[in-house]
Amino acid sequence: MRLKRDPQQVLIVSRHVRKTGFSSEMTTTHQITTAPSSVGLVKPQKARFDKPLLLRQGTILPGYELAYETYGELNASKSNAVLVCHALSGNHHVAGYYDPAAPEKSAGWWDNLVGPGKPLDTEKFFVVGVNNLGGCFGSTGPISTNPITGKPYGADFPLVTVEDWVCAQAQLADLLGIDTWAAVVGGSLGGMQALQWTLEYPERVRHGVVIASAPKLTAQNIAFNEVARQAILSDPEFYGGHYYEHGVVPRHGLRLARMVGHITYLSDDQMAEKFGRQLHHGTHKFSYDVDFEIESYLRYQGDKFADYFDANTYLLTTKALDYFDPAFNYNGNLQAALARAKADFFVASFTTDWRFAPNRSREIVYALLHNGRKVSYAEIECDAGHDSFLLEDPYYHAALAAYFERIAR
Amino acid sequence: MTSFGRFDFDCIARWIKPNERVLDLGCGDGDLLKFLQNTKQIHGYGVELEPKHVIACMAQGVNVLQFDLERGLAGLENNSFDHVIMSLSLQTVRHTEQALREMLRVGHEAVVSFPNFGYRKHREAIAAGRMPVSKHLPYQWHNSPNLRFFTIADFEQLCANCGIVIHELQAFDEGKPITDDPNLNADVALYRLGRG
Repeated sequence: MRLKRDPQQVLIVSRHVRKTGFSSEMTTTHQITTAPSSVGLVKPQKARFDKPLLLRQGTILPGYELAYETYGELNASKSNAVLVCHALSGNHHVAGYYDPAAPEKSAGWWDNLVGPGKPLDTEKFFVVGVNNLGGCFGSTGPISTNPITGKPYGADFPLVTVEDWVCAQAQLADLLGIDTWAAVVGGSLGGMQALQWTLEYPERVRHGVVIASAPKLTAQNIAFNEVARQAILSDPEFYGGHYYEHGVVPRHGLRLARMVGHITYLSDDQMAEKFGRQLHHGTHKFSYDVDFEIESYLRYQGDKFADYFDANTYLLTTKALDYFDPAFNYNGNLQAALARAKADFFVASFTTDWRFAPNRSREIVYALLHNGRKVSYAEIECDAGHDSFLLEDPYYHAALAAYFERIAR
Repeated sequence: MTSFGRFDFDCIARWIKPNERVLDLGCGDGDLLKFLQNTKQIHGYGVELEPKHVIACMAQGVNVLQFDLERGLAGLENNSFDHVIMSLSLQTVRHTEQALREMLRVGHEAVVSFPNFGYRKHREAIAAGRMPVSKHLPYQWHNSPNLRFFTIADFEQLCANCGIVIHELQAFDEGKPITDDPNLNADVALYRLGRG
């Protein structure tokens, strides 16, 4: 049912809406404050930690480095810090650009969200992006040198979990002098980290923003990850994870893994609209070369990914996704698992996201409601499937802007 | 404290005790919950499907859940709220009886208001051969979101049939509380309901 209040109420609503900058004709107020712009040229930083980290699997990582970036200024009371957690293929480069000659090509992965005048406004917030442990963009991971062997860790790099990432991120928070995050934000696997933050360090997070995520993966979801892993593991150039020594990378496996992933990140409708049955050469080739545009697209995406992403990082990151299950130690009772949280929450999902479907987000919302947490939930109509969380849907961004503006006040 | 100009807010607030857990179904921009937060320090949640309303709620710090009530309140636990409110929306609900039962499953009490189709001016409109159009029934018959057309007397009959207890009725005529023959004189009825 569509519930309607009387027309007088609707008028009041549109006045509120004006302030949030939502809907096309009324972005004026927003723009007067600050026109949305880029944080500009940014440079990654590196932090070294020599305090050993006990990993969930039982081994100890004696020391490690984390690559990170920051945007905006930490205020005097250090109350405006926001941590942005990345998903499977993301990293610490959230916003701004590296190359002034190619700002768009070198832009951060969530540049549409983070910047002056943007929903996560860097004129109000001090935003931190970090590459997770086990990553391949500067933080200690499989491509780093194992101090014991003097060679890259490769397959010897321990499997790290969402919990381990959050513990490492807390070390970075300490280093930056951030006692309490105003918010921890993430989409997909990043949303799992945001949720885990509120459980691991309830006193250190005021708001958890959990987008297109889930309290744990379904069997179907784990199955897709397993196919991706098998693609890499069975590549002859994988060499048991020690391919660096052989001067090769398991390109074919990584490419296949990404292709499978990409299919699951898009919606059926969007794929039909974007590619349909369009032919790449305008005619049937009767060969195993590219016939349909969708094949060309997947191959392109796979190739691009294989050029910059490390296969071992991909493997361990998919395992971190699979293992995440805060209710595991509570007999599967998510309500009990979330009882520790003290933060307020904003949870969002996308109607066409079947990899992290809305009902998975609703599970989180219901468990938070059970625990009396303040929570808002938006179920956004967007046809782009799981990838919607990276896009600039007007309603999605207006909701985030409204939530962050509330936090800033 | 301002009541945002809504005639029924003060009456609803009188029925709510401080620090209650309140769920407002079809909460619009969240003004009622905001009012109850300010006056009664309630722990409130709104349910709303319309994106612009969801944004408006979030902008004023009202918890809002974008749930489709067509799917019901199934995910919400028994007795998880002190009051479940549905303000001026019951007539838009297809499964009226189920909605009332669900409200009283999730909440200890329900607060429900609706436009009374038995109102004198509406009867006059019908007598004159036309469907009523008024402040609380601002739509034409062909574009109305309203699905159910009922009077105060009809509603009380349904409550009796369903074993729903009517704790209080506050009837209004153009925003002013009235007591004399509500079924004829009230354009809006506001009820506090409980389980039998």
